Amino acid sequence: MKKILKNIGGYTLFMVQVFKKPEKFRVYWRLFFREIDDLGMSSLGIVAFISFFVGAVVSLQMAYNMDSNPFIPLSYIALATRESLILEFSPTMISIVLAGKVGSYIASSIGTMKVTEQIDALEVMGVNSISYLVAPKIAAAFIFFPLLIIISIFLGITGGWIASVASDVCTSNDYAVGLQSYFKPFYVVYALIKTVVFAFVITTIPSYYGYKVKGGALEVGRASTKAVVWTSISIILLNYILTQLLLV
Amino acid sequence: MVQVNNIYKSFDENEVLKGIDAEFHRGKTNLIIGQSGSGKTVFLKCLLGLHTPDSGTISFDGQIYSDLSIKQQRKLRMEIGMVFQGSALFDSMTIEENVMFPLRMFTEQSEEEMLERVNVVLDRVKLENVNNKFPSELSGGMQKRVAIARAISMQPKYLFCDEPNSGLDPKTAIVIDNLVKEITEEYNITTIINTHDMNSVMEIGDNIIFIKEGVKKWEGSKDEMFVTENPAILDFVYSSELFKKVRETYNTKS
Repeated sequence: MKKILKNIGGYTLFMVQVFKKPEKFRVYWRLFFREIDDLGMSSLGIVAFISFFVGAVVSLQMAYNMDSNPFIPLSYIALATRESLILEFSPTMISIVLAGKVGSYIASSIGTMKVTEQIDALEVMGVNSISYLVAPKIAAAFIFFPLLIIISIFLGITGGWIASVASDVCTSNDYAVGLQSYFKPFYVVYALIKTVVFAFVITTIPSYYGYKVKGGALEVGRASTKAVVWTSISIILLNYILTQLLLV
Repeated sequence: MVQVNNIYKSFDENEVLKGIDAEFHRGKTNLIIGQSGSGKTVFLKCLLGLHTPDSGTISFDGQIYSDLSIKQQRKLRMEIGMVFQGSALFDSMTIEENVMFPLRMFTEQSEEEMLERVNVVLDRVKLENVNNKFPSELSGGMQKRVAIARAISMQPKYLFCDEPNSGLDPKTAIVIDNLVKEITEEYNITTIINTHDMNSVMEIGDNIIFIKEGVKKWEGSKDEMFVTENPAILDFVYSSELFKKVRETYNTKS
């Protein structure tokens, strides 16, 4: 418990440093675009792949569950797939995937910079190393992760449509009707709010664990693992809190 | 000049520095020597502001570091160049970007002016055609030269080096030593080098401080080191047969 409280305190002080005024905005701006590439663009492939096939599987499972009940219209396959993807799969599960991919990258890259004295080099020069390393990552994730989630929703629904039609569980027309039924735009807003909160967690917790690495390669590896575990736990807890606040 | 007045530093129960006083002069290569674990790295990190001493003061040309505001401390740090043991080059940047980094961060120079300065300092450390290479593509000696180029790019008043010869072959080590000494004299800067390489001490030590178990045990020039009877120095420096012979030869000649 003492360790957890110590980490929460350490993380809070760390975040205070992140939001201090940048030494030079132009330098941060260049970094921001590099982070978009490192954190966002490089994750596009895996997000697209997972979303497409999970969308396909969700639609087939819906069809299987509805198969025994002739009173449920086939269009509900698309409706249920859409709701599953928008409400939970894309914002939460893709964020957990990103916690693994992006989180481990952030923790290990910052951890390596720490053990190879690159962070000391920044500090000696008079650069606020925490803000320099973390603020552009947060900004890039805030901008790009919602975009990734929208792409994920779109590809998931597309995967569901292709799988449903290819498996002959419903027609394209049924699927299109289902997609347009009972649509609540707020669900998309809810998904994007969750994504932005998770983006903050995915960039800051691994940065914190990377920054406090002491030692060598083994400690960098340990920090990376801890970062992914705590980021995933935080996402799951925040998912519950945000759902309670926004939907109930 | 960098002046250190009675600094103490502990980590939990472990007292690492126990009241060190020192003066490091402009235009001189000042060496801090001592065994591994003697406290010299902690001492250097205190000088750099990476560790805060528990008590005592460090002043840079009369400005006491701990009395300065955060903004003034950052401004002072811009006058400090540092060469780290492992070079600490930013591995995601090219050599040109590494050397340009402090200029980009702290000056309002145009791209052309910055590039010109980068080429001047790379030329000064005798590196050619490396601008677009990454640190991992260079040898250890070349990385050290880039680190020196980055450290002097802002024309610092103070240059700190932590084990600049670590991991280098003797010939390259001498080249790096001489380069640091030349730069110190050419730019008239206060250079402080942390080392346990006795070749460096014999080559470039204008002023040497010997630290043992967190206490300054001896101070003097390399010439004084040859004649001292200080038991701590005799035990540390002249524990090798080679240096015993060097000392004997020096004393016979003089």
